[in-house]
Amino acid sequence: MTDVAMRDQPARRTMDAGRAAVLSRFRTFDAVFGGLTLAAAVFVLVLLGSVIVSLIIGSMPAFRAFGLGFLTSQVWNPNDDVYGALGAIYGTIVTSVIAMAIAIPVGLGIAVFLSELCPFALRKPIGMAIELLAGIPSIIYGIWGLFIFAPFVQSYVEPPLIAVLGPIPGIGALFQGPPYGIGVLTAGIILGIMVLPFISSVSRDVFATVPPVLKEAGYGLGCTTWEVVKNIVIPFSRTGVIGGVMLALGRALGETMAVTFVIGNAHRISASVLSPGTTISAAIANEFTEAVGDLYTSSLIALGLILFVITFIVLAIARYMLLRIQRRAGV
Amino acid sequence: MATFSKARRANNAVFLGLSVGAAGLGLLALVFILVALLWNGLAGLRPSVFTEMTPPPGAAGGLLNAIYGSVVMTLLGLAIGAPIGLLAGTYMAEHGRYSKLTVVVRFLNDILLSAPSIIIGLFVYEVVVTRIGHFSGIAGALALAILVIPVVARTTEDMLLLVPNQLREAASAMGLPRSHVVLKVAYSAARPGIITGLLLAFARISGETAPLLFTALNNQFWNADITGPTASLPTVIFQFALSPYKDWQQLAWTGALIITATVLILSIAARSLGSTRTAK
Repeated sequence: MTDVAMRDQPARRTMDAGRAAVLSRFRTFDAVFGGLTLAAAVFVLVLLGSVIVSLIIGSMPAFRAFGLGFLTSQVWNPNDDVYGALGAIYGTIVTSVIAMAIAIPVGLGIAVFLSELCPFALRKPIGMAIELLAGIPSIIYGIWGLFIFAPFVQSYVEPPLIAVLGPIPGIGALFQGPPYGIGVLTAGIILGIMVLPFISSVSRDVFATVPPVLKEAGYGLGCTTWEVVKNIVIPFSRTGVIGGVMLALGRALGETMAVTFVIGNAHRISASVLSPGTTISAAIANEFTEAVGDLYTSSLIALGLILFVITFIVLAIARYMLLRIQRRAGV
Repeated sequence: MATFSKARRANNAVFLGLSVGAAGLGLLALVFILVALLWNGLAGLRPSVFTEMTPPPGAAGGLLNAIYGSVVMTLLGLAIGAPIGLLAGTYMAEHGRYSKLTVVVRFLNDILLSAPSIIIGLFVYEVVVTRIGHFSGIAGALALAILVIPVVARTTEDMLLLVPNQLREAASAMGLPRSHVVLKVAYSAARPGIITGLLLAFARISGETAPLLFTALNNQFWNADITGPTASLPTVIFQFALSPYKDWQQLAWTGALIITATVLILSIAARSLGSTRTAK
């Protein structure tokens, strides 16, 4: 008996030692792995921080030379080395407004169709097809816009607009001048098509969070489908829909290649949406590699900083809205 | 009463009709784009596209150097960005699920996810290109990697959060250390979703143009060395489509068709992989 116990003792000791070694290896590995994940998470923060810092440093020469006048001047003259951002900011905002004017009604219409009207079997394929619009790379919209859509707009959309809306005082000013095909309107329409899926799929998803009981109560009172959508579904999911719209707006503001192809790259503000213009991102894409001189480069980086600040605010609002509806759906 | 109800019914029909019309419009736009791509792209799709270099204007040629540059930079971008995104997503879902840091990282990661890609190009230009002194394929790959990180981090977090906690508890109860619970149990349970995220990131960066314009620049010749300016399909399309030469424009269309086919196949694969998971 004692012999057996004596014989066991060293064996158990080595087993304990082995186990301790394994445990300590586990512990180090745990610490290393945990540390790595933490480092990666912090890296995301550092990355965003350094993007902002590098843009600020890069744009300092421009702001030092022009002050806040950089934001309010529309002179963009590389020959005299004088730059102002207003033309590009204006173009960015106008193209995004046109895009939203198209994408919000159409996107909401698609979301209503997908969540209330469409036969179940078709919901998934149609939803996926619409989402493919978001998957097509921006450069493809650009080449399509340049060769197919701009000529189409030039011959079939702009002449009737000029003929019908042009003579009307007030809004007529928006539709003056020859139909180039290339210009702010075409860029806005293409942006509208590109951001359509953001609005429609986010709206469809938040429509699905409306409790069926609410809708059934509406139908029980004798509401038509449209009345249920207008009075129950949309008010209930308003926050989420606004989040989706802001997300789409953030995309439209920063979209580069598609716009660069069709906007015509002119740094001036014209009242007419038919005339060529530029946006912040198109100006950077077109001119950055050709920019000679520190002030030119710095002015383009300053444009980038302005764009980043605008999109940051818009996207932050979008995420905040979507977070709110997520929390409510979770409760 | 009857007229009132008729007006409501008419109203209903009008708005529902408009919503069907909206869906039709969206599908029509997709069909228009795809048909134009196939029509113009297929016309120039010859074997020489894949075997010859980008030509000077007026000569015959292909897109080989651009395709090679795109593939190399995309894969390198994915190789650099994916591990960082994966680890960051793991932190948010596993190690730091309830920490304040996660809330901040998630919010800023989402903003990085939708930030204009041209800004990322400017950033890499400032930080890498001006330091080294010249444009390079590596700078292009780094810009793409920065775009990969938020996509992968987001999907990894979402997929890990779907893994039932009982699985983790069971593994912990058997004495597995935390890292093994994550690596062996949570990752295997979330694998299809994580692969979906990688494919989506791959699809996104293979069509990106803006961040490459002033990082990798372009190169008309064969260049296996990515420390110099490197051609890529999107930048070649940009250059050729805006040129006045017919054969360059034709190559741009063919390149556009190749990119779109790649991206759409990748994203459909990603989606069907994701949906078989949710169907289970």
